[in-house]
Amino acid sequence: MDLSYTETQEMLRDTLARFLADTYSFEARQKMLDSAEGRDPGIWKALSSELGLTCAPFAEELGGMGGGATENMIMMEELGKVIAIEPWLQTVVIGGGALRASGGALAEATIPAIISGDALIAFAYAEPQGRYNLADIGTSAKKDGAGYVLNGHKAVVYAAPWATHLLVTARTGGGRREREGVEMFLVEANSPGISRRDYPTVDGFRASEVYFENVSVPAEAMLSGGIDLVEQVVDEATMAVCAEATGIARTMLAQTVEYTGQRKQFGQPIGKFQSLQHRMADMLVEAEQIASMALMGTLKLDAPAAERKAAVSMCKAKVSRSLKFVGQSAIQTHGGIGITMELGIGHYFKRSTMIENQFGGADHHFERYEALTLPA
Amino acid sequence: MDIEFSPEDLAFREEVRTFIAENYPAELRGKQDEGEELAKEDFLAWHKVLYKKGWVAPAWPVEYGGTGWSITQRYIWSEETARADCIRLLPFGLTMVGPVIYTFGTPEQKAHFLPRILSGEDWWCQGYSEPGSGSDLASLRTRAVRDCDHYVVNGQKTWTTLAQHADWGFFLVRTDPDAKQQEGISFLLIDMKSPGITVRPIITLGGEHEVNEVFLEDVRVPVANRVFEENKGWTCAKFLLAHERVGIAGVATSKRSIERIKAIAQTEMEGDRALLANPFFKRKVAELEVDLAALEYTELRTLAGMAAGKGPGPESSVLKIKGSEIQQRLTELVLEMAGHYGAPYFRGFGEGDNEHPIGPAWANRAAPTYYNTRKTTIYGGSNEIQRNVIAKMVLGL
Repeated sequence: MDLSYTETQEMLRDTLARFLADTYSFEARQKMLDSAEGRDPGIWKALSSELGLTCAPFAEELGGMGGGATENMIMMEELGKVIAIEPWLQTVVIGGGALRASGGALAEATIPAIISGDALIAFAYAEPQGRYNLADIGTSAKKDGAGYVLNGHKAVVYAAPWATHLLVTARTGGGRREREGVEMFLVEANSPGISRRDYPTVDGFRASEVYFENVSVPAEAMLSGGIDLVEQVVDEATMAVCAEATGIARTMLAQTVEYTGQRKQFGQPIGKFQSLQHRMADMLVEAEQIASMALMGTLKLDAPAAERKAAVSMCKAKVSRSLKFVGQSAIQTHGGIGITMELGIGHYFKRSTMIENQFGGADHHFERYEALTLPA
Repeated sequence: MDIEFSPEDLAFREEVRTFIAENYPAELRGKQDEGEELAKEDFLAWHKVLYKKGWVAPAWPVEYGGTGWSITQRYIWSEETARADCIRLLPFGLTMVGPVIYTFGTPEQKAHFLPRILSGEDWWCQGYSEPGSGSDLASLRTRAVRDCDHYVVNGQKTWTTLAQHADWGFFLVRTDPDAKQQEGISFLLIDMKSPGITVRPIITLGGEHEVNEVFLEDVRVPVANRVFEENKGWTCAKFLLAHERVGIAGVATSKRSIERIKAIAQTEMEGDRALLANPFFKRKVAELEVDLAALEYTELRTLAGMAAGKGPGPESSVLKIKGSEIQQRLTELVLEMAGHYGAPYFRGFGEGDNEHPIGPAWANRAAPTYYNTRKTTIYGGSNEIQRNVIAKMVLGL
């Protein structure tokens, strides 16, 4: 066992942290959110083509650095520290991860474009009725000559307004909620028949309802792996948001400690009050457990499927609960100012709250964990 | 003692139900349930209906315009208005400054202000908190200096709810800077249209404009608008805070929220079962019902004590702590129910495409409401302060 980072990994972290410190001040981020596009495309360009960070989790033969999940964890943690709204999760972790696992010509063509920053991928997997069941899919992919025709409605697709490609789950056969027949397709975002309703999300991203109406895709657009691959990719994504949660939780704690040192009531800094000290101590306990679970689950991503799934669900169940505690405590300790748009802490809380339920909350993951490991 | 309603109580309930069904403004229906931001006219529309009926201030003494209802009748009233999702009446006039004025005010103040509070003619706001004085309210620094028959007020207030609509504000100001903290404070009624008052919006996490900063620069306030004695304003402040804590429990509204959650969770599907059939979710609903029942009977005991001429004393802090926590847990559950549709930020795209709704309507404000409701454990004396009150005043520690 070795839980230390390599020199290259430390360097990656430093590079990203320094870049984000320069580009992601509270004011700069707010300006991105308020802009028409809702982001600064220059940042993604810098992360990819200029700093070359997007190559970290990909194999060398595809132009990558040969890294993997650990590199994604490092990146997501740093992105979380500044609540970055960059589509790393969607494009690199999910899009890149699915393609890497699926392999073939599609991966060889697309991964270099992800690395260069030219391809930006959004993950269209959720459906209005589906909640967190990945197989609850009504979107159909009907065989049509050499290709497929997609029809359906995908819900709350983060980063879709920015995407060049959509990674879509659809059903080539089987009934709703059956595992059989679920496949993933990489579809060009401007394909005829795709329409979107775009909107901002409460945590600062842009997302869309995406409608597919007789969208023709070639047979080569289908990834190999079916529902098993969908589950693997979502497990990788789940661990990525747990890593993001690590960065967010530690930052919320640091900001809370700093604030309680400045804010005075009853003639002293409120950080001197034991009730608040104990709460902040508990925040530290929970934040550190988030970090531990993010690490554990990430290291289990290559384990056999059953072991991987159980580990990821343990992690997400714990992270959701701990994150809720850290977030709610941070706001409570700040008092009224924490509920306003005027201070960073509220914006961290908005994102952390969304992470709690992203890819399923504590209940969902306890249920999944129990089904996998405990007798009925 | 009897836990059941008497035939007279049941008849009263029927009367209230019929009245609400026939008179609640149609254009307001559903607005509060969906967490919509309410306009000034929305609040006033229902207020005016109740004023006409004489039911706008049930808790006031009859001589000042109260209804003379028994505790049970008042309980029925709050139950029924919440059950029908009636818009809450703003507390600033009716449950805050009104009781202060009829308890401590001069005959002139009573004659002038009380009828205008009842009719809704004056919209009130509360000038208590300051940027450096939140939980430690008595450290407030806004100064009022006597100039013949006026005070000249300078300072800054914050978290002033709906001050953007206010005609009048009740302010705690420091009139004796040399006295011990709580002893140099006075309670002033200030015309919000006075020269020197600036109201600046504070936008909260859900995107709402609910609270404000209020800047006072050489604002001249007639001495006649001081309630109670000079430097004795803390008496009014304490009186008001204790009253505020009782209403803050929000039992009836929380009951309504649980019913709404159950109704939604019965139709919102998770695979082939209703969300309410999910044992985890169901247990959370049940726990809330249990906690709410405990809170309800704690409140009823407090109200019974008040009817017998006791309190409300520091035990109203119990109501504040439990009531605020329950309100927050309810919004947590709604956000959980919303699933993926908790994420869309339902503001700023009200125009446009109605053919492609963004998730179910009930989910649209789930996250903003959750964020906003974090305030309940902070305002009205944070829950940490409430625990201090219990420790000191009840336990004598």
